[in-house]
Amino acid sequence: MDLMLEVNGQTVRASAPDETLLVDFLRDTLGLTGTHVGCDTSQCGACVVHVDGRAVKSCTMLAASADGSRVLTIEGLAATTGGNDLHPMQRAFHENHGLQCGFCTPGMVMTAVAYAADHAAPDEADVRAALEGNLCRCTGYQNIVASVIAGAAAMHAGKEA
Amino acid sequence: MQPFTFRRPADLSEASALLAAEGAVALGGGMSLLPVLKQRLAAHAMLVDLSRLPPLQGISATDGVLYVGAGTTHADVAASPVVAGTIPALAALAGGIGDPQVRNRGTLGGVLANADPAADYPAAVLALGAEVVTDRRAIPADAFFRGLFLTALEPGEIITGVRFPVPAAAGYAKFRSPASRYAIVGVFVARGAGGVRVAVTGAASSVFRVPQMERALDAAFTRDALAGLTVPPEGLNGDIHAEPSFRAHLVGVMARRAVAAALA
Ligand SMILES: Cc1cc2nc3c(=O)[nH]c(=O)nc-3n(C[C@H](O)[C@H](O)[C@H](O)COP(=O)(O)OP(=O)(O)OC[C@H]3O[C@@H](n4cnc5c(N)ncnc54)[C@H](O)[C@@H]3O)c2cc1C
Ligand code: FES
Ligand code: FES
Repeated sequence: MDLMLEVNGQTVRASAPDETLLVDFLRDTLGLTGTHVGCDTSQCGACVVHVDGRAVKSCTMLAASADGSRVLTIEGLAATTGGNDLHPMQRAFHENHGLQCGFCTPGMVMTAVAYAADHAAPDEADVRAALEGNLCRCTGYQNIVASVIAGAAAMHAGKEA
Repeated sequence: MQPFTFRRPADLSEASALLAAEGAVALGGGMSLLPVLKQRLAAHAMLVDLSRLPPLQGISATDGVLYVGAGTTHADVAASPVVAGTIPALAALAGGIGDPQVRNRGTLGGVLANADPAADYPAAVLALGAEVVTDRRAIPADAFFRGLFLTALEPGEIITGVRFPVPAAAGYAKFRSPASRYAIVGVFVARGAGGVRVAVTGAASSVFRVPQMERALDAAFTRDALAGLTVPPEGLNGDIHAEPSFRAHLVGVMARRAVAAALA
């Protein structure tokens, strides 16, 4: 079917078979390969993007269901801050060593940004609950949790300044 | 996935007409249907997307009844001040389903139509004595769940919403699978106008009530009223997570925790 949606601030018109998953549309049709696929069971969260501001698993949503929606992927995140710098959550992952192989990272960051948008000062338990839909095979989560706490603080510090 | 045709109807009558076709199925949040299609455990000719259908949206409370549209996501139920103000146990249940991304897409109607034996909402619907409203009729909870992935819905029938009678007190406790977050055992307890109802999910092929516990709680709505009570392990589910005898034990423990939550 013919789709029209906004991806990372740009209007996209494209045609794709009806059964196309949103993640395949992003990766194969649009070439946005920052969104990853880590499982076949909707459990790992490597594929998380925002659809109309909400974190969703793009491997378990049809591109057709996102027709007319606003989609944000990891590639578009930095630009939402209005400059060329990393988004505060990306910087927090960098500074806190919140990744090793990096495969889970795009999904972790997108989940964290959606969560931190309305949680400025989460504690460790809050963050672990917010990350339940995201699996990491490398880090043991400790530094990811630290990154999200730091990133949430940085996102909100930026707002007040 | 096998190829299929995608349709997004504009209103309920168009949705009903599309779903009357051979091979057409409803698509809610897709959190159960799409994984099944991806693994080629099923194939359908047409998916009819109900997730944004206006008549399936909305939460309201009037005259002691909480109405939740079938298209309402778990996240919206969990965050709703109307649900928190009428049946807070339902908001807590919705907030404990799966993970944040599952809650952002999955819907009440999708859970009920799917009738997964380990899903959370069926326990609430049965314990609260709710009514499942469809495009054709209203089905009482006691007649809705028919077995493993089996409901009273006819082919093409659309759930539009659920009417939950607001109870005097209610609580839900779940022992969840650490991997999937589904209930290994979940117990919902509600004290309503017609007495206490206790519903168990996760333990058997379908959600079920426990009359013995209901009588005990009718006599005294306290945690201690359930001391020593549980269900026999015969016929309960057994898997890598929990054998039938452990599930039977968990029914007693979760029921007592649910009463404690209802009294909190
Ligand atoms: C990782 C993961 C963890 C999960 N954990 C839990 C959990 O802890 N507890 C829990 O309860 N669930 C859990 N789920 C399931 C989740 O709650 C789903 O949202 C739910 O089972 C199906 O809802 P849906 O809206 O996504 O429906 P879909 O997947 O779109 O549809 C499911 C079925 O319902 C039918 N259907 C959908 N809407 C309607 C309607 N309005 N009328 C008639 N038929 C309809 C479809 O045709 C299909 O047969 C989990 C899922 C995942 C992927
Ligand atoms: S790839 Fe989407 S949840 Fe694993
Ligand atoms: S950093 Fe390797 S999977 Fe998370």
